Amino acid sequence: MVSLLDIIGPVMVGPSSSHTAGACRIGLFARALLGGQPEHARVELHGSFARTGQGHGTDRAIAGGLLGFHPDDERLRDSIELAAEAGLDLTFENAKLRGDHHPNTTRISAKRGDRQVSVIGSSIGAGRIVVTAIDGFHVDITGTLPTLVVVAADQPGTVAAVTSTLAEAGGNIATIKVSRRQKGGHAIHIYELDEPVSAEALVALAALPSVQSVRAIARVA
Amino acid sequence: MIDSLNEAVLQAQAAGCSLGELALRQEAAQGLRTREQLEAGLQRALEVMRGAVARGLPGDLRSVSGLVGGDAAKLNRLTGPLSGTLFTEVLAGALAVQEVNAAMGVIVAAPTAGGAGVLPGVLLGLAHRSQVSDAVLVRGLATAGLIGGVVALRASLSGAEGGCQAETGAAAAMAAGAGAEVLGGSPSMAAHAVSLAMQGTLGLVCDPLGGLVEIPCVFRNATGAAIALAAIEMALAGIEFPIPADEVIDTMGEIGRSMDVRYRETAGGGLAATPTGRRLAKERLVQIKRSGKAT
Repeated sequence: MVSLLDIIGPVMVGPSSSHTAGACRIGLFARALLGGQPEHARVELHGSFARTGQGHGTDRAIAGGLLGFHPDDERLRDSIELAAEAGLDLTFENAKLRGDHHPNTTRISAKRGDRQVSVIGSSIGAGRIVVTAIDGFHVDITGTLPTLVVVAADQPGTVAAVTSTLAEAGGNIATIKVSRRQKGGHAIHIYELDEPVSAEALVALAALPSVQSVRAIARVA
Repeated sequence: MIDSLNEAVLQAQAAGCSLGELALRQEAAQGLRTREQLEAGLQRALEVMRGAVARGLPGDLRSVSGLVGGDAAKLNRLTGPLSGTLFTEVLAGALAVQEVNAAMGVIVAAPTAGGAGVLPGVLLGLAHRSQVSDAVLVRGLATAGLIGGVVALRASLSGAEGGCQAETGAAAAMAAGAGAEVLGGSPSMAAHAVSLAMQGTLGLVCDPLGGLVEIPCVFRNATGAAIALAAIEMALAGIEFPIPADEVIDTMGEIGRSMDVRYRETAGGGLAATPTGRRLAKERLVQIKRSGKAT
């Protein structure tokens, strides 16, 4: 669904909706998945992000997203310096990611305490993004809805346990996707929801026996 | 969202309202956002547009690469044959916003960041000279949004897909339709303004130096705004373009699809591939690295 506000918008720091606003949103997503500000982040820039990302401030946009800045935040311009002040150790490198990727793609590997995440995200135009991989699992997340990322045992009944917990909390699910790296190991569940999950529901989900981890990610777009 | 401007004109005529009013009513009826939320969102966009024009006009900004900046201010020197008129005000506004964009300032991507100068240049210029209220401007932004939505669905709003005709060309069409309506033109006049603007940008390639949204993008926003102004003037005079707006938009899409990849934002052709274009891009990109502005 295209809204008038998608065409007359977004309000953003320039110069490029795909190279700047979209890149910032991928950074925001990685931060949310990590559950807070990273201490270290390695940012690999692929395709057009690698070729023209510097002049477009793609690196600053991603750094800003990792610091929690949104695409319309003027601090994006100085985010590399602000990251250093905030104790975020950042490295950028040009890379050719394996597999088929959109020309505007980045892989962000971020660390905070003993938690580590790896996110591959693409900026697909007009500031819209798609996250295509989390920790090696294939996903397809647009960040336009509150998203729940659950890693759980790949066994019967796990999805039912999660969805009934969500239903008890009154949450309505817009989309569900489950994928796994191999049979019988762990699976990743992506739930896109109409409303954010309550703190109580998150606790209840984390307490489910088959669930290894739960992350709630606010809308980034 | 409606995918035919011809159909939108018929619906607006039947309802006795403007295209912008029709767009607001239709989206509110879909239930995802209320009319108040839509108007508040467009009002905020209007304020950001005003802020961007004001930020760019003094001329003290340089782009990240240093290649552009300071040109909007030159139009205030009263040196040209049209100095001090609406025309130069519109050009200056379009340049100012695009210079802000290139300097990593805050703009409204309308429809994209690369074409962000046209709509504020035209609408705020008209508003200043003809004393148009914010309420009317917000409805004008809705008109522009409706037009942009039709272009997105029938053709493209991406330079990588359709060349610059899909960015500053689409922005000129949006500004022309919105401007005609803001000044009291009928929905049919607004649709003719769209056709008149878009026919003047058909075939326009996207050829930015070094792939940066700087040269020629900044200047193309000014020329795009000039084309929008010409289209508004003709449409309000009752001039009708013989090919209906939908068919002009479809033509833009068709041309975009058949455009060589060198002319679609890849910096492989056009001005980007000229000897000077290549030299400037190379020098500036090297300088960005050396200055440590980016890693």
